[in-house]
Amino acid sequence: MKNVGIVIVSHSAKVAEGTADMVRQMVGDEVPLAWCGGNPEGGLGTSVEAIMQAIDRAWSEAGVAILVDLGGAETNSEMAIEMIGEPRANRIVVCNAPIVEGAVMAATEASGGASLREVVATAHELAPA
Amino acid sequence: MSVDETMSRIDLSALIAAVADTVSAHAEELTALDQAIGDGDHGLNMKRGFEAVRAESVALAEKPLPDALKAIGTKLVMTVGGASGPLFGTLFLTLGKELPTEPDRTELAAAFGKAVDAVAARGKSQAGQKTMLDVLYPVQAALAAGRTGAEIADAADTAAEATKPLKAIRGRASFLGDRSIGHVDPGARSSALIVRAITKTLERG
Repeated sequence: MKNVGIVIVSHSAKVAEGTADMVRQMVGDEVPLAWCGGNPEGGLGTSVEAIMQAIDRAWSEAGVAILVDLGGAETNSEMAIEMIGEPRANRIVVCNAPIVEGAVMAATEASGGASLREVVATAHELAPA
Repeated sequence: MSVDETMSRIDLSALIAAVADTVSAHAEELTALDQAIGDGDHGLNMKRGFEAVRAESVALAEKPLPDALKAIGTKLVMTVGGASGPLFGTLFLTLGKELPTEPDRTELAAAFGKAVDAVAARGKSQAGQKTMLDVLYPVQAALAAGRTGAEIADAADTAAEATKPLKAIRGRASFLGDRSIGHVDPGARSSALIVRAITKTLERG
């Protein structure tokens, strides 16, 4: 797949899956998409291992944009990127954007073949100033 | 037996047991602190992480110190489940990268300083923002100043208590703004607990 991939990371598997459903319905299948939610025991939280696997599933040579909900999801995503390491790490970016709107907008941009930089910039426009 | 004398021949499985014991014993207290200003999972998350480390303590104790610390860091990253995983994980991972196999006090203080800076970078935070850093920096200063283990642990407790009047700027607690004032930061408290468990075990020899 040449389009940028999108990964959704929420503390809740239901939120992550629901967000992915919205992306699929509104944007279609042109974008590699993966989600994860929940801590290593299946409770609310995030898991570095699950995030690394989601990045693998949504991997694109064009890169991957990650949308997160709350603090721990961001920190764990950054840790996952570091553990994946180069050469892939510099093509994975955590977006500063609300998770649902950010995922839909980033995927919309990605579906048109935009670069990772453009996809991330589109998501960032949604961040509160 | 002082911290310095024992650093060169650390009983790692005893240290792991002491840290896991204190984290598990205080899990409810940490969770209660986190319910006041966070999402109420800190105690449970830390307990899960350090019990996972304890489950591998025999294998860990056989590794050279730097490798064991890196393995502990990775385990915490993978099992804690909240932001504390990468934060405490980064502390141990960086210690593993920076420490020689048999560190002296100077090397320990230097490595600990780099590890705390790495935690600050990971959390995009700094001292004074009501986080674990408000304990780790004073601990680093006490280490570098040649304080005894008990003095270091006391400095950690005092520093944790001093997070109470602070307003949170980073992490979930920052959503509360002024309402975060008046509660001890859970990460600061867990850091102080871990520091006391480690210094106590080292000084017991």
